[in-house]
Amino acid sequence: MRNLKVLVVDDEPGICSGVKRILGKFTVSYPFMDEDRGFDVYEAYTGEDAIESIKGDPPDIVLLDNKLPGIQGTDVLDYINKNHRDIVVMIITSYASLELAVKATEKGAYDFIPKPFTPQELKSSMEKVTKHLFLKVMTKRLNKEGKEVRFQFLSVLSHELKSPLNAVEGYLKIMQERQAGENISDYDQIIERSLQRINGMRTLIMDLLDLTKIQSDEKEKQFENVNLLDITNNAIETVSPYAIQKDVKINLHAKDDINFYADPNDMEIVLNNLISNAVKYNYKAGKVDVYLEKDAEQITIKVSDTGIGMNQEETSKLFNEFVRIKNEKTKNITGSGLGLSIVKKVIDIYDGDIQIDSEPDKGSTFTVTLPF
Amino acid sequence: MDKRKNILVADDDVDYLFQIRLYLQNMGFEVTTVESQKEAEVYLESNKPDLVIFDLMMETEDSGFILSYKTKQKYPDVPVVIATAVASETGISFGLNTENEKRWIRADLYLEKDIRKEQLEKEIKKLLDQ
Repeated sequence: MRNLKVLVVDDEPGICSGVKRILGKFTVSYPFMDEDRGFDVYEAYTGEDAIESIKGDPPDIVLLDNKLPGIQGTDVLDYINKNHRDIVVMIITSYASLELAVKATEKGAYDFIPKPFTPQELKSSMEKVTKHLFLKVMTKRLNKEGKEVRFQFLSVLSHELKSPLNAVEGYLKIMQERQAGENISDYDQIIERSLQRINGMRTLIMDLLDLTKIQSDEKEKQFENVNLLDITNNAIETVSPYAIQKDVKINLHAKDDINFYADPNDMEIVLNNLISNAVKYNYKAGKVDVYLEKDAEQITIKVSDTGIGMNQEETSKLFNEFVRIKNEKTKNITGSGLGLSIVKKVIDIYDGDIQIDSEPDKGSTFTVTLPF
Repeated sequence: MDKRKNILVADDDVDYLFQIRLYLQNMGFEVTTVESQKEAEVYLESNKPDLVIFDLMMETEDSGFILSYKTKQKYPDVPVVIATAVASETGISFGLNTENEKRWIRADLYLEKDIRKEQLEKEIKKLLDQ
């Protein structure tokens, strides 16, 4: 196996030669790798030189000092993120800028090495990176067979199922040990919260059933001429008790009956999820507008709310399984994190598209188009 | 009798926070709870607890380590406990085994979240007595 190429970007020549010396004879072994891997180290003293060098001969690993004479480390990081996603970037930083390093890792750097580092510290970091690179290659290979995705899904799923169990178990132990007092009323909050968690778990299981249905029965779909107006009205009716509690008004805008050749279950999944989310993530006394339109080519379903909205980073991961936007505004809202990923899967089956337009504190608009 | 000791607990799991707060209060401690790394950092700016318990994964997967580092930087004498459910969820246990790990992860104790309460009390009192 060839050596890993390491590009050190630092304006202090001492750092570059230090890294060369330390890694010169160092190799990493990993039980899953057939052979040990060594390192070829070369250097760049400015960000500009680094980019040139990466263009010419992309390395496997970049050790990047953030403070550089010309363009900054983060600019180099941006360049790598855009053009060479395979390169693993480690930020070299002094403790004083730990915060910056943390920010860089959020921006896509793999990790950071505090400066000054001891040979041992550099070696353990490189060991970590090498293992990471190896696993990345393996993951890619497994990905092609879809195994990794399934594994990841299952591990996240088991986490999502365990977490309410742990919570309820903890609460039951508190009751068993009478930790909160001798009266049953001392436990009201605990019981309420346990019921909430159990409810959340039930929702998750129901959503999972939807998901397996979509994934397994694609061929067994019952296609018929579906009246979307009816389905929308049903969805609004289903969510209305909750909407009344939150004082959210739902308006339906549709000129006439809209028929679409589809499996009615699928259309229910889409409309139920979008409309209930619009209520769930709304403010008190908010508004939900549902538009159904049809032209020569497609059906458009638009659900617009006046709720808490999302920033761009949040919208970008919205359709992933088990993604729930976690912030101060959503912490009291329960959900399985599966609803929208299911919606997306259904829409994909119909070669449709879903777009989000959202602004924090203003609201979100979900637009679904389904071609005939 | 001296003042009751104050323990800061940072965890993004509100149920766990509720439960551990109750246990620690029943053990006779003052308890402050925060739900994120950020809130913990703000709290630590102007408060010095007698002991801290951090969840490992909050905003990022190593929030607990970062908090641990920052706490030790500011208050070298405050014991840091990192609590996670990693082992029970993944089957991987990673305690503070080697010297190298101890140096990197500046926590005094690594706890599994499902630790028995008597054990938790014993460990905390041991750390506070030092």
